[in-house]
Amino acid sequence: MPTSTVNHEAHENPALLHHFATAEQQKDAASLGMWLFLITEIMFFGGMFCAYLVYRYWYFGDFAAGSSSLNLTLGTVNTIVLIGSSLTVALAVRCAQVGNKKAIVVNLVLTILLGLAFLGIKAKEYKDKFDEHHIPGQSSFFLEGHIPRHPDTPVNQRHAQIYFSLYFAMTGMHALHMIIGVGLFAFLTWKAMKGTYGPGYYTPLENGGLYWHFVDIVWIYLFPLLYLIDRHP
Amino acid sequence: MSEHISSVKLYVTIWIALMAGTILTVVAATIDLGAFNPIVALAIATTKAVLVVLFFMHVKYAHERLTKLVIVTAIFFFLILLALTMADYSTRLWT
Repeated sequence: MPTSTVNHEAHENPALLHHFATAEQQKDAASLGMWLFLITEIMFFGGMFCAYLVYRYWYFGDFAAGSSSLNLTLGTVNTIVLIGSSLTVALAVRCAQVGNKKAIVVNLVLTILLGLAFLGIKAKEYKDKFDEHHIPGQSSFFLEGHIPRHPDTPVNQRHAQIYFSLYFAMTGMHALHMIIGVGLFAFLTWKAMKGTYGPGYYTPLENGGLYWHFVDIVWIYLFPLLYLIDRHP
Repeated sequence: MSEHISSVKLYVTIWIALMAGTILTVVAATIDLGAFNPIVALAIATTKAVLVVLFFMHVKYAHERLTKLVIVTAIFFFLILLALTMADYSTRLWT
């Protein structure tokens, strides 16, 4: 590409930094960088998924008993809420691509509201667990009942506490990511209200969206793994 | 810029598929499939995750092949983590 063309594009697009040849290249570099960050996140959550797999394999019955004590309705509603927020994120990015600046803000605000709804429902579930004494490490910890379909085998309290340790560690780290995501999207909303994002430049929106979708994917796996162990009669 | 722009219709279709997957996984969990219960649950979750990655995260339309290579590599190493860990833990009681 002749140098004059590059300069011409740089002149046209104030968001293009001088060390990139084209806006496309700049965007690809930013996207790859974001994906590399998400890869470290896969390994971060991956360690917990691995620990979960080992203990689920060893103490399957106690994990099933712990899983059955969770509120399936709230868990399902939260999954639906989070998937809805992923749709609004995808639509916000699309609105930037087509230059509909008002709709970007609307979709971002909807995303934040859905994110907060998720955290609210999660807080309710945590409160219920505290009320039911299902908090691992507490001397009052007690998971009543027996192992599903084994009425003669009571729950092993130590193994059940491992289930709840993993439950709180994994959903807790996920919730922390959601809180960070809501903060991130508040910032993106503020920038979008100032009209920063449009067809020429929306990289922060796209990368913020990648983060949000990643957190959604983590939940897509957490939901069946934590809520749906051996639920059938 | 030659950026791919997906239609609203496509996004809504993906969203409906994700919702259907959520309902399906809850229903499947209440049916006794024996050893296939966790397999079905993970298959549905993986299908949902692939839909999100390809369409919501625009990986299907990424012109940078390096991005795809990075994602596949990460999944591969994550599976090595799980496979070698379970190769250890699941054989400890062997005599």
